[in-house]
Amino acid sequence: MRHTLAVLVENNPGVLARVAGLFSRRGYNIDSLAVGRTENPAVSRMTIVVEGDDRVLEQVTKQLHKLIDVIKINDVTVDEYVDRELVLIKVSADSGQRGEIMQIADIFRARIVDLGRRTITLECTGNDGKINAFEESLRPYGIKELVRTGKIAMLRGNRFTNLNTNGNREDEQ
Amino acid sequence: MVKKSGAQILVDTLQEQGVDTIFGFPGGSVLPIYDALYDADIRHILTRHEQGAAHAADGYARASGRPGVCLATSGPGATNLVTGIANAYMDSVPLVAFTGQVTTGLLGRDSFQEADITGITMPVTKHNYIVKDTRELAGVIREAFYIATTGRPGPVLVDIPKDVASNEIEYQDPGPVNLPGYHPQPVPPAEQLNRAAAAILRSERPVIYAGGGVVSSGAHRELRQLAEMLLAPVATTLMGLGSFPGDHPLSLGMPGMHGSKYANYAFCECDLLIAVGVRFDDRVTGKIDCFAPRAKILHIDIDPAEIGKNVRVDIPLVGDVRQVLAALIERLEAKLPGAWQEKIDTWKKEYPVTYEENGHLKPQQVIREIYRVTGGQARITTEVGQHQMWAAHYYTYTRPRSFISSGGLGTMGYGFPAAIGVQVACPGETVFDIAGDGSIQMNIQELATAVNYELPVNVAIMNNGFLGMVRQWQELFYNRRYAYTELVNPDFVRLAEAYGAAGRRVTTAREVAPALEEAVAAQKPVMLDFVIEREENVLPFVPPGESLDHML
Ligand SMILES: Cc1ncc(C[n+]2csc(CCOP(=O)(O)OP(=O)(O)O)c2C)c(N)n1
Ligand SMILES: [Mg+2]
Repeated sequence: MRHTLAVLVENNPGVLARVAGLFSRRGYNIDSLAVGRTENPAVSRMTIVVEGDDRVLEQVTKQLHKLIDVIKINDVTVDEYVDRELVLIKVSADSGQRGEIMQIADIFRARIVDLGRRTITLECTGNDGKINAFEESLRPYGIKELVRTGKIAMLRGNRFTNLNTNGNREDEQ
Repeated sequence: MVKKSGAQILVDTLQEQGVDTIFGFPGGSVLPIYDALYDADIRHILTRHEQGAAHAADGYARASGRPGVCLATSGPGATNLVTGIANAYMDSVPLVAFTGQVTTGLLGRDSFQEADITGITMPVTKHNYIVKDTRELAGVIREAFYIATTGRPGPVLVDIPKDVASNEIEYQDPGPVNLPGYHPQPVPPAEQLNRAAAAILRSERPVIYAGGGVVSSGAHRELRQLAEMLLAPVATTLMGLGSFPGDHPLSLGMPGMHGSKYANYAFCECDLLIAVGVRFDDRVTGKIDCFAPRAKILHIDIDPAEIGKNVRVDIPLVGDVRQVLAALIERLEAKLPGAWQEKIDTWKKEYPVTYEENGHLKPQQVIREIYRVTGGQARITTEVGQHQMWAAHYYTYTRPRSFISSGGLGTMGYGFPAAIGVQVACPGETVFDIAGDGSIQMNIQELATAVNYELPVNVAIMNNGFLGMVRQWQELFYNRRYAYTELVNPDFVRLAEAYGAAGRRVTTAREVAPALEEAVAAQKPVMLDFVIEREENVLPFVPPGESLDHML
């Protein structure tokens, strides 16, 4: 099963290398990894999508906790959450195809961010399923380039993954 | 406010941390640090190789329970520490390693003697730092010692660019350590302790499996109390030797690949395995699917990540081993002997750990004699190989921190520099490195250190003319094809003498005791070359991948 972990880390140099090294060294598979800062400039948040059964996930969580720079881990997958990803796709498009592509963009509520002589670049946000479907719909036109940000996620409602807030469920040791 | 250089801050913070000894080797980028050390009230031991410095600091830590400290220059000095750091990491030894680094302006440009030592040591340290601002140095050093010595101990490396050491700043105390992501849990919840106690009381055939965690948390008294209360036999791992008296009627010796038959049978037959400060290493478990097949497993460890890492655990107790044992003992009551204790005693009588005498000098005999001559009171270190396993079986360890050996990494060349560190930590005590003729040559240059500082360490080489442990595997699994395991050795006696130590060769059983007595009495380093049976094997032996009851 796929799990999405929200990992709060101290914003120290090398912290990304520590986390990435841990995954490769112990043979855990990362599906995606997104890092950015949070409302607290001393704290960064990594969203890690990892594939594995409960045993693997337990080890991943515990091993991550052993890193001194890791402050807190939440498996958002066990709760109600929203997740989003951003994709940029550049497709071939001669003038005859542009109309169709724009219709697809409409359906997915994607935006056209650049128009070249033979290409269109589109931006789309959504969850995994939506982004995959968007990509599939554009494939027939010839995808020249594609980049995804990796997933970011947040618990719904009055639940939090940041520091110093109550009402969150810290991951079990 | 006072003006201080980074190097001075380092020295002052080390003293504040109670550091009395550093093992090190100088070079360009640590010149400012060495200059500050020159006037400091800290003993500096100059080893002859940085690997020696790391192992010596490790030996010092294991013998004393205090963190070991080593220091090396940037580039090759730092990379030479790596084996020693990895060794300390695998065996959870509190070690703080300081390395010099090129100046901050030269970082990342492949400068002369630049090596990315924080990158290199990331997987083999508990944590590491590169300090890029002198103002951060004192705080980082405090954190380094705090992290190295608390929770599950381990090595921490602090990399200090030369300009960070030489710059002067207005010194401001960084205050106490504050690490939001680091909170070792000292005791498990009460319900969990109650569950464990109930399982123990219910069990009819309990076995205790005790490891290095008992030693590092200082839980040997509690362990003994628990064992005697339950009349539970105790198997001690290589790292746990001495945490339970080897001459106690409940002692099972060592379990695992080179364990005693009775320890392994007890693991196979028990209904409750009380695992204390251990990590279910493959050298202990054998074939994992067949490990302790009839037992519930209760696992006590300070590191939550060890729970369920290698085997399924029925009752985890995460916390400091000593505190957890004390809390358990409160919940238990004494048991009476029964069929289980009888069975264990029968196994012990039926399958003793023993060897055959045949007139040739046998390593087991030599080690037994070291035990006798030292009255069982020596601190023993070992190298890695057959001699290590014989040292584990044939010397009886009754005190924690009396057996010091490279367990997890299995580092040849560990024992001799470690013995130097042990001797520094325990002046006046008798220290022996039980060595192999192969291993001793991996850090033999440290003879100069021992002579230099008048450290009367004894080296007992079990000289079989082979990389014996590898030869044993070749004999058993590669049709006796001894590919590159036969050694052409130097004359160890003359070598010792060339360094200014004493040397003596022993070829017959008759000479063993007098040679040992002379060595122990001599107040100088002594190297004894015991020329032993060449193709003696370590037995019992569970072949790799077999279950524990399949012993040769
Ligand atoms: C640094 C290192 N290199 C290689 C090995 C693999 N190895 C394990 S035991 C051994 C033989 C050791 O020979 P010796 O020191 O003579 O001990 P003996 O087994 O003969 O007692 C070797 C090569 C090791 N453990 N460490
Ligand atoms: Mg040998």
